[in-house]
Amino acid sequence: MHLAYPAVLSVLLFCTGLYGVLARRNAILVLMSVELMLNAVNLNLVAFDVWLSRAAEETLHSGQALTLFTIAIAAAEIGIGLAIVLAVYRNRGTSDIDKLRDTAEGHEPDGPDTDVSDSDASATQAAAEKAEATA
Amino acid sequence: MTPAATAGSLVGTMNLAAESPGFLSPTGVEIAFLLVGLVTFGAAVVTVTTRQLVHAALWLVVALGGLAVEYLLLTAEFIAWVQVLIYVGSVVVLLLFGLMLTRAPIGRSPDADSGNRWVALAVAVAAAAALVWVVVDAFRTTWIDLDGAPAGSTDVTGASLFQHWVLPFEALSVLLLAALVGAIVLSRKAKAAAAGGGTATPPAAPPPTAAPPAGGRTSGPGASGTTDAGRDTEGTR
Repeated sequence: MHLAYPAVLSVLLFCTGLYGVLARRNAILVLMSVELMLNAVNLNLVAFDVWLSRAAEETLHSGQALTLFTIAIAAAEIGIGLAIVLAVYRNRGTSDIDKLRDTAEGHEPDGPDTDVSDSDASATQAAAEKAEATA
Repeated sequence: MTPAATAGSLVGTMNLAAESPGFLSPTGVEIAFLLVGLVTFGAAVVTVTTRQLVHAALWLVVALGGLAVEYLLLTAEFIAWVQVLIYVGSVVVLLLFGLMLTRAPIGRSPDADSGNRWVALAVAVAAAAALVWVVVDAFRTTWIDLDGAPAGSTDVTGASLFQHWVLPFEALSVLLLAALVGAIVLSRKAKAAAAGGGTATPPAAPPPTAAPPAGGRTSGPGASGTTDAGRDTEGTR
């Protein structure tokens, strides 16, 4: 098999995941796109491992071992990520990434309040106090 | 003719069997790989563009299953079954649980894409063009030899994993334990808050000691979400 087939498919999947990460608004859809990117990397690792195990007599099978490690780390990452998303949803009532702007610099929160007296630091501190109080 | 010479030295055994593999005479494995790859790429595109959130998760199943078939075509059997077990079996189920816990209305949501999707599309297309050009140019004369014993059977993978990769394997078990404990801790805090706050006050309500700007900030976008969060923790308890 020509090596360009899996390599090009991997590139296309990676760029699809890249578009998803940049364009999606929901945090869980962003996590899905991250999974697509990780799977593109896995396909690359497997294809190059199969190529090198024949062409260069490579017996370590490092590509397949790294693929297994990547799959396990992706499973751990999706568990932690979903726990964080659920905690954010319980505290804020939304899981949209565009609305989580507490630590943004130079952006006033686009809420209905025009209370410009408080700086970003005090707002972040108040949010942290709220998170602590709810926790 | 130097690329051809290096390719000949790299895939010499392949060239003995079939003298000159080329793009114009694809083998059956290549045709199967191409067709399954088209299905996989289409499912991935639908996953990142559809407006129905649950449909995105279900198309992700198609994409990940197609990748498992690609692993089988590359003779990496163990990776393929691990992919089916972990990704299709657990990760997508976790994602569906997350979707249903955070988005109560299942259906078409018009705000699934953010406002900068055209910038994202430009970035993705530019990256895809550059990477496809580089990759095709770099591996134009490289062939994978798929004949003979499979390169990724359970025997071979297990031997290499437990002979050369034992230490990373054990470190990975520690990482999985840490992830397990972390997920439990992150989930327990909200549940303890819901249990301590009682049933009358939803957990997302700001405490009275908090500053008024904090209450105004959270009730702006999440005025309707507060009741959802309360109902959500009611359901999980």
